Amino acid sequence: MHILKLIFKNAFRHKLRTFLTILGVAIAILAFGLLRTVISAWYVGVEASSASRLVTRNAVSLVFPLPLSYKEKIRQIEGIKGVSYGTWFGGIYIDEKHFFANYAVEPETYLRMYPEIIIPPDQKAAFYRDRKSAVAGRKLAERYKWKIGDIITLKGTIYPGNWDFVIRGIYRGRDETVDETAFVFHWEYLNESLKKTAPLRADQVGWYMIEVTNPNIAAEAAVRIDKTFKNSLAETLTETEKAFTLGFISMTEAIVIAIQLVSFLIIFIIMAVVANTMAMTARERIGEHAIFKTLGFRGFHITGLIFGESLAITMVGTALGIFLTFPAAKIFGKELSNYFPVFIVEPETIYMDLGAALVVASVAALFPAWRAVNIRIADGLRRIG
Amino acid sequence: MGNKPPIVVIKNLCKSYLKGNQVIQVLNDISLDIDDGEFLALMGPSGSGKTTLLNLIAGIDKVDRGIIQVSGVDITSLSETELAQWRAMNVGFIFQFYNLIPVLTAFENVELPLLLTGLSKKERRTHVETSLSVVNLSDRMDHYPGQLSGGQQQRVAIARAIVTDPTILVADEPTGDLDRVSATDVLELMERLVHELGKTIIMVTHDPRAAKMAHIIKHLDKGVLNAHPQTDF
Repeated sequence: MHILKLIFKNAFRHKLRTFLTILGVAIAILAFGLLRTVISAWYVGVEASSASRLVTRNAVSLVFPLPLSYKEKIRQIEGIKGVSYGTWFGGIYIDEKHFFANYAVEPETYLRMYPEIIIPPDQKAAFYRDRKSAVAGRKLAERYKWKIGDIITLKGTIYPGNWDFVIRGIYRGRDETVDETAFVFHWEYLNESLKKTAPLRADQVGWYMIEVTNPNIAAEAAVRIDKTFKNSLAETLTETEKAFTLGFISMTEAIVIAIQLVSFLIIFIIMAVVANTMAMTARERIGEHAIFKTLGFRGFHITGLIFGESLAITMVGTALGIFLTFPAAKIFGKELSNYFPVFIVEPETIYMDLGAALVVASVAALFPAWRAVNIRIADGLRRIG
Repeated sequence: MGNKPPIVVIKNLCKSYLKGNQVIQVLNDISLDIDDGEFLALMGPSGSGKTTLLNLIAGIDKVDRGIIQVSGVDITSLSETELAQWRAMNVGFIFQFYNLIPVLTAFENVELPLLLTGLSKKERRTHVETSLSVVNLSDRMDHYPGQLSGGQQQRVAIARAIVTDPTILVADEPTGDLDRVSATDVLELMERLVHELGKTIIMVTHDPRAAKMAHIIKHLDKGVLNAHPQTDF
């Protein structure tokens, strides 16, 4: 019959209290979901990294360059399929608040190695042809309303001066994990300018991107590359793209841990809120539970009623919280796109929301259920009237 | 009642409670037989142990010592789970404050004890409708307790008590919260249950008018069952 109906009617008996509890759960789940999405966004580069790509940088630090001459040497190492290179430019558009990643690459090898970056063929051809051209990610172009043919000026920080680029292409990612807020241009353009203005800095690259023939030999290939440049003026450190990205994240690990702690703290707080509601509810219903027991209902029936009610309240709040997470993440992602180029609610976040709700509902119902089951019927009946 | 054995047999029943460090003897060596189809009224001053005795007979409390047999079953030897099952099948409860579930309709309240049986939905409906017709509330089955008067609520409670066709009905001050007219209705209904349906009712009451409806009046005082029941309360 109406056991489910009874659970729902019980859950909404005190409308204001239940509404406030549901609201609390919804806000907590929303906050939890957003914080978990922030953590996912932090690691999105790791997820997007390819197992068959390596990154070689100066063994001392990423800020020290490597000679361009290493390219051919790396290409000749066994198991290497392709080599590309890049240099962090760090240019400022308008002012420092308008941050986006911008770097110089060797266009053809770079785009061949990164098939997840999709550019229409005509735009790609135009980009290859024009040495002063650049391609921008779809989200970046949308943010600044850039169109093909627009001239964009970046103020150099590492490489002083005003640098003009013509937008020849707008790329999109193969899937949602690809950063669509980057700005890439010809390394040759940078290098030619350096030859004129700072010849000592010319013919150097920030890092090499290397594709191996088989992901299984990636570790071996990395060792071979580093061995090749052992005892040279610029020794190298080669690691998988994933390890390279994780290296960046480890610099901010404390922040990630803090966010994780706060996200779990939110769940703990909401557990206390729901537990309080359930404790009040169960206390008010001691008489009714006694009646149920008098009629022959057993401990597990009473437990089911209390757990069911706790679950109903928590799940309604969770559903509302999950429902709100998507538009909130969209707004959040848009506002913070400078810091989180990819801000999407992962399915894992929703599973965690549901898991957290289940834990909250169960823990909140535990003590009230235990109390309701163990109170003597005669004592329970005495509370009525 | 003829030569039929008593439906309830109580022998040397003792019950005490612990209040702080003090042991309160509530029932002291009670022995009592109740015949099938009998309407018994238990009377006595507050704290005399009436409700405790009723709870013990109904299997919602445990004895310290003694035996209670209902229809030949020694309920003092049953475990909590067995007692719950036994209560569901053998005891109908009528309380002073009706004790209906406020969020369920009259129909749903009466149906509650049947959820523990293996009856189909259709069979349950038939049983509930029959019970509600016995208490003359067929037209109120979709009403919630809050939409019914006290007398009507008590009649729904009686319908709930009889819906499983239990061996005994126990009533704890069934008219205690009712006005005179409603109390009379309820008592007449209980009398009908005894005379027309052959039910056995054990009723705790302070009300001499209610007690007069009973076949037998037993008087409890300080946990002892008086041999000569008083009638001048």
